[in-house]
Amino acid sequence: MAEGTFGNPQIVEEEVDILIIGGGMAACGAAFEIMRWTEGTDIKVKLVDKAAIDRSGAVAQGLSAINTYCGEHDPADYVRYVRNDLMGIIREDLVYDVGRHVDDSVHHFEEWGLPVWKQPGDEGKKLTEGGKPVRSGKWQIMINGESYKWIVAEAAKKALGMDRIQERIFIVRMVTDKNDPNRVAGAAGFSVRDNKLYIYKFKACLLVCGGAVNVFRPRSVGEGTGRAWYPVWNAGSTYAMAAECGAELTMMENRFVPARFKDGYGPVGAWFLLFKAKVMNGAGEDYNALRGDVIKDQKRFGKYGQGVPGTCLRNHVMLQEMRDGRGPILMDTPTALANLAKNMTPKEVQHLLAEAWEDFLDMTIGQCGVWAGENIEPDKRPSEIMPTEPYLLGSHSGCAGIWVSGPTDVGAPKEWSWGYRSMTTVKGLFTAGDGVGASGHKFSSGSHAEGRMAAKGMVKFVMDNKDWKPEMSRTVEELVEEIYRPVKNFLEHKDYTTAIDINPHYITPKMLQFRLQKIMDEYCAGVSTYYQTNAKLLEICEEKLEMLKEDSLKMRAKDLHELLRAWENYHRILTAEAHMKHIQFRQETRYPGFYYRMDYNFIDDDNWKCFVNSKYDRESKKWELKKVPYVQLVK
Amino acid sequence: MPTFVRTDKCDGCKGQDKTACMYICPHDLMKLDKDGSETGHAMKAWNQEPEQCWECYSCVKICPQQAIECRHYADIVPLGGSVQPLRGTDSIMWTIKFRNGNIKRFKFPIRTTPEGSIKPYDNKPKADVSKLDAIEFFTANSIHAADRSQLMNG
Repeated sequence: MAEGTFGNPQIVEEEVDILIIGGGMAACGAAFEIMRWTEGTDIKVKLVDKAAIDRSGAVAQGLSAINTYCGEHDPADYVRYVRNDLMGIIREDLVYDVGRHVDDSVHHFEEWGLPVWKQPGDEGKKLTEGGKPVRSGKWQIMINGESYKWIVAEAAKKALGMDRIQERIFIVRMVTDKNDPNRVAGAAGFSVRDNKLYIYKFKACLLVCGGAVNVFRPRSVGEGTGRAWYPVWNAGSTYAMAAECGAELTMMENRFVPARFKDGYGPVGAWFLLFKAKVMNGAGEDYNALRGDVIKDQKRFGKYGQGVPGTCLRNHVMLQEMRDGRGPILMDTPTALANLAKNMTPKEVQHLLAEAWEDFLDMTIGQCGVWAGENIEPDKRPSEIMPTEPYLLGSHSGCAGIWVSGPTDVGAPKEWSWGYRSMTTVKGLFTAGDGVGASGHKFSSGSHAEGRMAAKGMVKFVMDNKDWKPEMSRTVEELVEEIYRPVKNFLEHKDYTTAIDINPHYITPKMLQFRLQKIMDEYCAGVSTYYQTNAKLLEICEEKLEMLKEDSLKMRAKDLHELLRAWENYHRILTAEAHMKHIQFRQETRYPGFYYRMDYNFIDDDNWKCFVNSKYDRESKKWELKKVPYVQLVK
Repeated sequence: MPTFVRTDKCDGCKGQDKTACMYICPHDLMKLDKDGSETGHAMKAWNQEPEQCWECYSCVKICPQQAIECRHYADIVPLGGSVQPLRGTDSIMWTIKFRNGNIKRFKFPIRTTPEGSIKPYDNKPKADVSKLDAIEFFTANSIHAADRSQLMNG
C-alpha cells in the first residue's frame, strides 16, 4: 500500500503468537523470561512501546532504592507487611508469589551492572555472594539507580533482539475474538511518528502500560502539571483497555495519595527510614506524638490503628493537622542530619549530604530544582511535606488493577486460579506490574518478577492453543474509523472558525483533560475537598463523566502528537469512571487519609472486608459491580 | 518551559531523521523543527508541550551537544537556580546552582559494567519446557526459601 497521509493512514497488519504491550519493568521482565522458554519453538513474540524502552515506564528517570527485596526475610512476612499497609484486603496468593520470586530479578539487575549499596566491609561483594545491602527499611535496599531502567532495558532488548521490538507504537484498543467474546484476538493502535495504523492478531498478549496519572486535578496546574509524582505518561491505558475488553477489575476504589516534598514531589522514604527525620507541624510540634492516637478510635478505624499504621492512616493524622489550621507540615531535615553527624568526621558528613541529594537526583530531579530555586539546603532549612493529588496504580503503595489467575500451591480458593498465572478473566489477556490488582507493594523489582511469571503463563497458553487461529470481532475499517476519529474531526471542521482551538464541533484533548480533572477533583474526593465525597457528589460525578465520555468522541487531533493525547485521555476517562463506580459501591471508608466516604466515614469489616470487582460492557457502556470474599492465606 | 533547547548548541542531530531527544522522550515532547516554521529556528529541536514535562532529564542526559537544560516549573520555582548533569558511561556528574549563587557538585556511579555488555543468557541454564507449570523461573535457584508453616494451609 502507498505511503499513508495524516487523514488516510497506511494500515499495517501483523500476526504474532504473543504481543507485549508496554516497555516498563514488567514488560522487560517478560522479555527476559520469555525468550528462554520459547527457544527452539516457532512461537513468535513482539514488543510494542509508545515510547523508547531505554527510558519508558515509571523507572524512566531512575530510582534511588529498590523497594522490594526479601533477602533475609520470609515471603510470608512480606505478605503480612503488604496486608497491613493495604488495610487488610489483598490477594495473598499473588503477593506471596511476588515475594518468593522477586529476589531473583534483583540479583540479575546487579549482575547486569546496577550498583547496589553494600554495608561496610561488603563493598564489591554481590548479593548472591552474601554481600549485605544497605537497607533503608525492612524491605528496601539503596542503589545508585540513575541508569536502573537503561540497564534493565538493555537486558530485555538483548533477549528479544531489536527485530522483535517496535517503539513509538501506541496501542489503544484490544479486540475480542469473533467466535468467543471472552477471548482476546488482537489489538490496534498507531505510530506516533508516521501515518501508520497497526493491527496485531495474536494468541496471547501482555498488557502492561502502567498506572494512571493526571486523572485528578493536580495541585500545580501550570507548567507544574507535568511534575506529577508518578510518571505523567501513565494514562490508565492498562485498566481502560482491559475493561473495554471485558476483563474483571478489582479494587479500583483504591488509590495512592503519597505525602511527598511539596511541589517537587521528591521521595521521603530515605529521609524517614535512612536519615531518621521527623515531621512537625507549623508550630514545631511533633503532631504524631501529640495527636497520632486519633487512629486508635476502634469505632472508626477498627483494629487497623492499633499496630503499625498503614500509609493512609499516617496521611490521616497529617491531614487532620492541615485541616485544623496547624500547617504547614515540615520535614525536619536539619535536626536529622545534625543527629547523624554527631559521631561522624567532616568527610563522612559530606558523604551523608551527597547521599541526601542523590536520593533526589536519582529519581526526582525536579525536587532539586525546587530546592535550588528556593535556596533550600537540607542541613540548614526544613522542607514542606504535602499529600499529593490521587494516583491509581497497582505496583507501588496501592492495589488498583485487574483480577488475575494466581498460583495454586499457597492454599488459595480454587476460583482464584484458572490455569495460567497472570491471565485476566479474558482468555489470552495477561497483565503484570501496575496492571495486577489487589497486589500492591511490588514496586520496580516485583513488577519485573511479575512480568516474568506472566511470560511463563503466556508460553503455556500458546502451547496449549497451538492450532487456534485468532479472528477479530471487529473489522479493520471499523477500527481505523474509530482510532483516527479525532483526526477526522479536526480535518472536517478546522476551517469553520478562525481560532484553531475554539470550535463547536470538537474539543481539544487538553480541555477534555481539564474537564476530567475538575470533575474528579470536585466530586470524587480530590485535593480541593480534602479527599472527601459522598453518595450525592458521586451521583453528580457519574452524570458528568457520562457526558464527558460522550464528548470524547468529539476530541480533535491536529497532529499525531495530539492523537496520542486524545487516546491517553480516553483511557483516563474509563479509568476515572471505574474508580468512581468502585468508590460509589463500597459503602465504607476503607482508606482514610486517601479518601473519605463522608456518609460512611468508618472502616466496616463486618460488611466490607472483601474485594470489590467490576466488569464493563463496551456495548451498553454499563458497569457491573460485586463483592468477592477476601480469604486469608498467610497467618 | 521545563526542558529547553539552546539555539547556540543544538545541531538537530546533524540532519538525521530524528534527534536523540525525540528518540528518548518518554512523553513525546521533543520535536525537530525542520524548516523553522514552528519556532523560527530551522533544524533545531524544541519541547512542544512544556506543561507535560516530568523533568525526567532523559533528553538532557542523552543530548550529544549538551544543548538541553531545564528551567524549572515557572508556576512553582523562583528563577535563577539550575540543575545540570553530565552523564558518562559509568558515572554521572551533577552541578547544582542555587538562586543565591551557591554551587554544589556531585558525582555518582551509574553502572558497574560497560554499556552494551549485557549477555542475558550467558552461563544461564536452558529452560526445561516440562517445568513450565512449576513455580521456578528458568534461572537456577530462583525461588526464595520459604517457611510453609507460615501459610494457613501449609
